[in-house]
Amino acid sequence: MDNRKLIPLTPLNLLAPLAVTIGAVTITEVADLAMAALAIRHGQDKAVTKAAAKAGIALPPPGRFQRASPYGAFWTGPQMWMVEAPIGSHDDIVAILKPWFGEAASLTDQTDAWARFRVTGADLPVLFERLCSADLRAASAGAAIRTVIEHLGAFLLVVAADRIEILTARSSAASLHHALTTAAKSIA
Amino acid sequence: MSQSHRLGAGLIDTTKTLGFRFDGRSYIGHPGDTLASALLANGVRLMGRSFKYHRPRGPISAGSEEPNALVELREGARQEPNTRATTVELFDGLIAKSQNRWPTLAFDAMAINDFLSPLLAAGFYYKTFMWPAAFWEKLYEPLIRRAAGLGRLSRQDDPDVYDKGFLHCDLLIVGAGPAGLAAALTAGRAGARVILADEDFRIGGRLNSESFALSDVAGAEAALAMVAELASLTNVRLMIRTTVVGVYDHGIYSALERVADHLAAPDPGKPRQILWRIYAARTLLCTGATERPIAFANNDRPGIMLAGALRTYANRFGVAAGRRVAVFTNNDDGLRSAHDLAALGAEVVAVIDSRNGETVIDSTGWLGLKAITIRDSQGRTRQIACEALGVSGGWNPNLHLASHHGARPQWSDAIAAFVPGPQGPAGLAAAGAASGRFSTHGALQSGMDQALAALSDLGRKAKPITLPDAEDAPTRITALWHVPGKGRAWIDQQNDVTVKDVVLAHQEGFRAVEHLKRYTTLGMATDQGKTGNVLGLAVMAELTGQSIPATGTTIYRPPYSPVAMGALAGRSRGADFRPTRLTPSHKWATEQGAVFVEVGMWLRSQWLPRQGETHWRHSVDREVLATRKSVGICDVTTLGKIDIQGRDVGAFLDRVYANTFSTLAVGRVRYGLMLREDGMVMDDGTTARLGENHYLMTTTTANAVSVFRHLEFCRQCLWPDLDVQMISVTEAWAQFSVAGPNARKLLEKLVDQEISDQAFTYMACGAITVCGGLRARLFRISFSGELAYEIAVPTRYGDAMIRALVEAGRDFDAVVYGTETLGVLRVEKGHVAGNELNGQSTALNMGLGKMVSAKKDAIGRVLSQRPGLVAEGGLRLVGVRPVDPHAALTAGSHFIAAGRSATAEHDDGWLTSVVYSPHLGHAIGLGYLRDGAARLGERLRAVNLLAANEVEVEIVSPHFIDPDGERLRG
Repeated sequence: MDNRKLIPLTPLNLLAPLAVTIGAVTITEVADLAMAALAIRHGQDKAVTKAAAKAGIALPPPGRFQRASPYGAFWTGPQMWMVEAPIGSHDDIVAILKPWFGEAASLTDQTDAWARFRVTGADLPVLFERLCSADLRAASAGAAIRTVIEHLGAFLLVVAADRIEILTARSSAASLHHALTTAAKSIA
Repeated sequence: MSQSHRLGAGLIDTTKTLGFRFDGRSYIGHPGDTLASALLANGVRLMGRSFKYHRPRGPISAGSEEPNALVELREGARQEPNTRATTVELFDGLIAKSQNRWPTLAFDAMAINDFLSPLLAAGFYYKTFMWPAAFWEKLYEPLIRRAAGLGRLSRQDDPDVYDKGFLHCDLLIVGAGPAGLAAALTAGRAGARVILADEDFRIGGRLNSESFALSDVAGAEAALAMVAELASLTNVRLMIRTTVVGVYDHGIYSALERVADHLAAPDPGKPRQILWRIYAARTLLCTGATERPIAFANNDRPGIMLAGALRTYANRFGVAAGRRVAVFTNNDDGLRSAHDLAALGAEVVAVIDSRNGETVIDSTGWLGLKAITIRDSQGRTRQIACEALGVSGGWNPNLHLASHHGARPQWSDAIAAFVPGPQGPAGLAAAGAASGRFSTHGALQSGMDQALAALSDLGRKAKPITLPDAEDAPTRITALWHVPGKGRAWIDQQNDVTVKDVVLAHQEGFRAVEHLKRYTTLGMATDQGKTGNVLGLAVMAELTGQSIPATGTTIYRPPYSPVAMGALAGRSRGADFRPTRLTPSHKWATEQGAVFVEVGMWLRSQWLPRQGETHWRHSVDREVLATRKSVGICDVTTLGKIDIQGRDVGAFLDRVYANTFSTLAVGRVRYGLMLREDGMVMDDGTTARLGENHYLMTTTTANAVSVFRHLEFCRQCLWPDLDVQMISVTEAWAQFSVAGPNARKLLEKLVDQEISDQAFTYMACGAITVCGGLRARLFRISFSGELAYEIAVPTRYGDAMIRALVEAGRDFDAVVYGTETLGVLRVEKGHVAGNELNGQSTALNMGLGKMVSAKKDAIGRVLSQRPGLVAEGGLRLVGVRPVDPHAALTAGSHFIAAGRSATAEHDDGWLTSVVYSPHLGHAIGLGYLRDGAARLGERLRAVNLLAANEVEVEIVSPHFIDPDGERLRG
């Protein structure tokens, strides 16, 4: 693809992902993942399960997410997941997934619908308890939590105890980033 | 001034000295002091003036129940009125002022009210300031507020920030006295997640106030040891300076943590306070009890305080409120105060125990207690000089939180007080004094027992802990509420409610508890009647001859103690009041100096001024004319986009849209009208068919969320049998409208495929690529009535795309336009938008009646055909222009026929939208007019009674520009 004329921006409207460290917390914009919504069409559960297994996509149960190479996925609703893969290899992720699933699943590009931040630090529950009602002290690695932060709908993906990825609507990236940095300053 | 009344060290750190000022005078105190204890140590008993009578007052308590010692704390923007000196932790440099006095605390001119008190009894305001009614708001209320205010606000913005937060636990323990500590140790050792919250800055509750020991260790030391163990447990969170202020549904509690109130100012960027929402599986109320006074004549003088507070000042703060002290009690606990003060070297001049027939009947000393008058069992009176009097009328369990869901407390004769009732919040139990068990042993034991019960209830194993030996004295009390006699006897000191006021309320028929409260203001204001409520109730019970429980009790609402508005607001202030949504062109538009408008959470360009344009109309007129003349570009990303897939999407859309979509060919777009169940128009927009089983719906910006929610309801609840999956892609695609005669020419410079009129016909859609391969979508649709397209690229390329469009448009003098121009273009074309989609208009009203298909069923079809909605002569969409082209139109004006009065019965409809059309050179509008379709050419009055104007208008077709649609097919 010849994109020489068109230069993509990150959700924070920057040329490269922003990383800020405040106290023990580092907040990094993530712009290198492609995403697609995968929803099972009626009566196609088995076909989708089979295709997903062949494609190497784990379809985790409610409240969970699982990441391997190249695909990761988290549960977003009944019969519905968000599938992610590196944008470098999967820029048009729907076109890549479509051959696996055919008409058994509905696939929708979600790459640019979301802003994602990777938050790392030693004691992340201390940060997130200032932001949302998610009980991160009780959450294990692999938890995918739907929550609300400063009025913004969000997903929290607990990658590890010291690494949480947070997704919200892309247009609110600046507001979410402001909320994250403000809370980080509060606890720094 | 030296600390003349300091008895000893107590639990304060006398090795360090803190300087502070009160009413301009300098004093010293120590870490561990409160403002009240430090003032008392310096011999200052007078700390405030009462609310109504401006009586001199001092503290009666040593805690959050304090009604009297309210001060304005700090200066400048941080000045906070009505701060309880008894809870203010002393810090170096503290500045406080007394309030509600003029000119000084010692000489307050408003104390004239005290001499006028016969005129100012309960109900005075209601009876006096009756007439004329119009005087209330402008004259009476401001006067009364000035005379009877509490503290003053700084009238500056709060310079501090406040956080909110969320916590989870198995067991929330409210209060860290002996009961709370025993419960926390029991649950903490068992590994449960425990939150132990206490409003004090020192954990221990009454253990810090009493002289007796736990086993062989002083109570305060025992508390420290327990705190040390709890602090070592990672599953226990100790929260000092944290008041649990409210109970909500499903085990949710709110708690206010005062993070920085004990500092001169919060650290930069750090919150002053945090309002926590605590999710607790189980909760223990270990809030202890509040002592209550006995009412007698002039029982409100500085120096007269609760006996337990007198003891707290002595034992914990090393302060004697006076050198000569007396105690007046109706129970054994009061005797402890006399004992402890004597042990610390104070001169105890009298112990008046009402159970022996002795009472205190009066006191003297205007600015501070000088003497009390005692009547013995034989009726003889004597006066005794003293500076402090401790009064104990018994203790009321702090059951407030247990009543936050409406549960009525229960009366206990054994302790002559209310205890938490059985109907309290699910998952909440009380222990210790809060449950009516007043001994230390009882507190420890019940704290442990209730913790074990709560954990067992949660299915967790826990073992009993070894409790220290502690006093287990029974509660011996003979209720005495007030001492009959002449003179005013205060019940509620904060509101200046006396026994006489309760008597008056009774005489005038305000006997129900809730009436008593409102008539006398008993129990209102910052202390919420913590010391006065039960007393007032008991006096009313005496007057009515009923028992106290039969008289009833008020219940309690959050918050338990005052919460600053800033804490409730949290970070939602000013620009951070709510989050924003930024469009893909936001960065570019900011660089251009665009003026933004809030559309929901979106910030959209409203217009984009160019140099020399001094009025918004200059910019908008230019944008409109340039678009119709050549080409204009507009960011329309904010319109809702819903990706809908599945085998049954056609059938689904046929049911949710009034018109038909199953027949739409792949690669085509159709305008759709969505009705509510009641037949009114819900939303409109275009839906494109991208593939056999793949549609893309657009909604209005305003209804993007509500339409999605509606579709989910239809999909999941109404027709789960249909194979339909959907997800919002509003944010995934940056979408731009390119409109005007040169729209195609502009796009041809960017789109890689052929898009000639033949190759890409009106209402076509399809996948394309732009700029040499970037995948994109193109829709040939028009809101402006011009030849127009909407082009969508992945959002991360949105910024690049607006720049590419502007660059490609240079050859055509293209403009980028905002929402104002969007509005002008659509009104010129007669398209409906939010003003017309007002929730009470049908398709027929909008002139779109034919879109409601009769060939199929759809949501809203049946009810849209109700006779009243389809009757001839109903409201129809019309165009409106002023007869005088120079006249301005006002949206919202109502149509009135010439010669008729502008009254509701002559109302023929209203102007919904008004713009200035630079194309036509005059204002134009859209409106709903009765029988409008048949009245083209008619002249009417457009009357706006609110704006006090009226314009003669002519009714015309709503299609002001290109009524035949030649431009958009061009």
